[in-house]
Amino acid sequence: MKKTTLMLTAIAALGTSAAFAEEVRVYNWSDYIDEDLLTKFEEETGLTLIYDVFDSNEVLETKMLAGGSGYDVVVPSGTFLQRQISAGAFQPLDNAQLSNAGNLWDVIQDRTAGYDPDNAYSINYMWGTTGIGVNVGKVQEVLGADAPLNSMELVLNPENMEKLASCGVHFLDAPSEIIPMVLQYLGEDPDSHDTDVIGKTEEVLTAVRPHIQKFHSSEYINALANGDICVAVGWSGDILQARDRAAEAENGVEIEYHPFAEGSLMWFDQMAIPVDAPNPEGAHKFLNFILDANNMAAASNYVYYANGNKASQEFLEEDVIGDPAIYPDDATMQNLYITTPYPQKTQRVVTRLWTKIKSGT
Amino acid sequence: MRRALLIALPYVWLLVLFLVPFLIVLKISLSDTELAIPPYTPTLDLTQGWAGIKDFFSQLDFENFVWLTEDDLYWKAYLSSVKIAVISTFFTLLVGYPIAYGMARAPEEWRPTLMMLVILPFWTSFLIRVYAWMGILSNEGYLNQLLLWTGIISNPLTILNTQTAVYIGIVYTYLPFMILPIYSALERMDGSLIEAAEDLGCSRAQAFWLVTVPLSRPGIIAGCFLVMIPVIGEFVIPSLLGGSGTLMIGKVLWEEFFSNRDWPVASAVAVVLLLILIIPIVLFQRNQQKQTEADQ
Repeated sequence: MKKTTLMLTAIAALGTSAAFAEEVRVYNWSDYIDEDLLTKFEEETGLTLIYDVFDSNEVLETKMLAGGSGYDVVVPSGTFLQRQISAGAFQPLDNAQLSNAGNLWDVIQDRTAGYDPDNAYSINYMWGTTGIGVNVGKVQEVLGADAPLNSMELVLNPENMEKLASCGVHFLDAPSEIIPMVLQYLGEDPDSHDTDVIGKTEEVLTAVRPHIQKFHSSEYINALANGDICVAVGWSGDILQARDRAAEAENGVEIEYHPFAEGSLMWFDQMAIPVDAPNPEGAHKFLNFILDANNMAAASNYVYYANGNKASQEFLEEDVIGDPAIYPDDATMQNLYITTPYPQKTQRVVTRLWTKIKSGT
Repeated sequence: MRRALLIALPYVWLLVLFLVPFLIVLKISLSDTELAIPPYTPTLDLTQGWAGIKDFFSQLDFENFVWLTEDDLYWKAYLSSVKIAVISTFFTLLVGYPIAYGMARAPEEWRPTLMMLVILPFWTSFLIRVYAWMGILSNEGYLNQLLLWTGIISNPLTILNTQTAVYIGIVYTYLPFMILPIYSALERMDGSLIEAAEDLGCSRAQAFWLVTVPLSRPGIIAGCFLVMIPVIGEFVIPSLLGGSGTLMIGKVLWEEFFSNRDWPVASAVAVVLLLILIIPIVLFQRNQQKQTEADQ
C-alpha cells in the first residue's frame, strides 16, 4: 500500500498548513530508509516525526516552488536542488547545529558542490547510479546465454527489446535520466542542452517504445521481485532491493544490477531545509541524526545505496561496501557522468519529446 | 429580506467556490514563467492601483493561449479525453440502466435497501477502490487467476495499464451517478401506462421501448451529463489504471504543471478545458429547465 500513501500525501500536501513546533515533517523518496530509524529519531529527540514519501523530483519541485509545503526536510536530487536553490526555495544550513557534519566524505562533497556551491544548503543523503536490473534466468531464456546484461544494447536495441517484450520491460519515468542515457549510447555529450542533439534520442526511443510495458519510477521494484517483468532501467539501490525481496520470497527469481558498460549517470540525493520550514531547528536535529555514522550506515545497509558519509563506512555490511554495484571501483567511477539542470526552453523540448515518446503524440 | 438572503446564498457559493478560483487561474494563465516562488511573474500588479491595471491591459498578449494552438498535442489530448468520456458514458449507461430499472421495479419495501447498496461504495475512499481494481486486473491479479483456474484462458490477459482498464475504472466509479437519476425518473413513472400499452397490443419489449425509455429520457440525459463532464477532466483513474500511452488532458495539464514548471501554460490549458466543458453544462442546464417546465 506504499503507493496509496504516496498518492494520498501528494493530494494532502496541497492542503497542509503550518505544523506545530514539536513536529518535524520529512518528505523523502519512497523505499529510501530503514523505518526503525524513524522510531529511533523520535525516541532520541522526543519530537514527533511525520514522514511522507514521493517518487518523482517533479512532484517535489512543484511543491517547493508553490511554497508553503509545510515540510522541514526534503530530498531533491542534484540538478533539481540547484534549480530550487536559485529559485530561493531553501535556507542555508546552520553548521553550529550539525555537530556530526565532520562525518561527511570529501570525495562526494567535492562533487555535490557542483550543484550546491560550498554545500551551503544541503547534505548528501545517498548517491547512486542509473543502470539496468535484469532477471537473469528469464533474460537468458529469451536472448540466450550471451545476452548483454550490462549494456545499453539490451534496452536500446530494438532486436533485443522485441524479444524481451514477452517477459516485460520497465523504464524510469524520468526524462532527465533517460535522455542523457540515450545520448551516451549515441556517443553524444549526455549533458547536452542543445535541443537538436536531444532530438536525436527520439528515433532510438521510438524504435524501442512498443516493447516497453511501462514508464514508472517505483513500481519496478516489486515487478522485478515478483517476476512480472524481466528488465528495468532503474536506480541502483531500488534494483538491489528487488534482488533482496526476491531472495526473501524464495520465488526462484534472481535479480542482478549492472551500471551500463557504456557509462552510467551518477546522481546525488541531498537533504535540504525549505526556506519556509515551520520547524528549522527540528530539521537540523533530523539532519544531524542522519549524519550520525551509525544511523547513516543503518540506512545504507537497508536500502543498498551508497552514502556521502565517510565515518559510516566502517559500520557498513560487506555486501554493501564490498559491492562494486553500490560503491563502484575506480574503473567504473571513471565511467560515470553527471548532468546539470536544463534551462526552461530546453526543459520544454525535453518534456514534449517525452510525451511524444510515451503517448505517440 | 429573508428572501433576498436565501437567493444570495447560492450566488455567494458560486462566487467563492467557482468564480474566484477561476479568476486566479485566469490571471496566472496571462502571466509569464519565472524561476521563483511561485514560479511566474504577475503581469497584473494590483498594489500599483490603476497604473497596474492599465499596464496589465497594455501588455495583454495571450501568448500562452497562442502556444496551445501551435502544438497539436493539446487538441489531440482534448479530443482523446472527449472520446474516452463519450465511450465510457455509453458503457455506464449500458450497465446502469438495467440496474436502475430493476431497482424501480423492485417491491417498494426493498427500494431503500437497494438504494443504500448503490451508495455504499462511496463510504470507502475513491482512491482505495481504484487501487483494488489494480489488484483485480493485474497480470497476477484475481481476474486472471479466476480465468486461468476455470480454464477459459491459458495465458494471463494484460488488462491493467491499457485503455480497457481505464474504461472499467471509469464505469465502475461513475456508475452511481448514472443509476440515481435514471432510477428517480423510472420510479415516478406510472405503472398503469405499461398496462395500458400492453392492453393496446404492445408486446413487453415494445412497451419498454415505446413507453418506459422515452419517459426515463430526462434521467438518461441527466445521468449521461453527470458522468461525461467529470470524466473529461479525469486524472486519477487514467494515471493509475492506464498505460503510458493513455492521452488525456488531465495528464497533459499535470505535465505542464509538474515537468515543465510552466504554471501559466498549465492554467491556460485549464481555462480552455473549462470553456470546453461549459458547452455540455449549458446543454444540461437547458434540459433541466425544460424538464421543470414540462413538470409544471
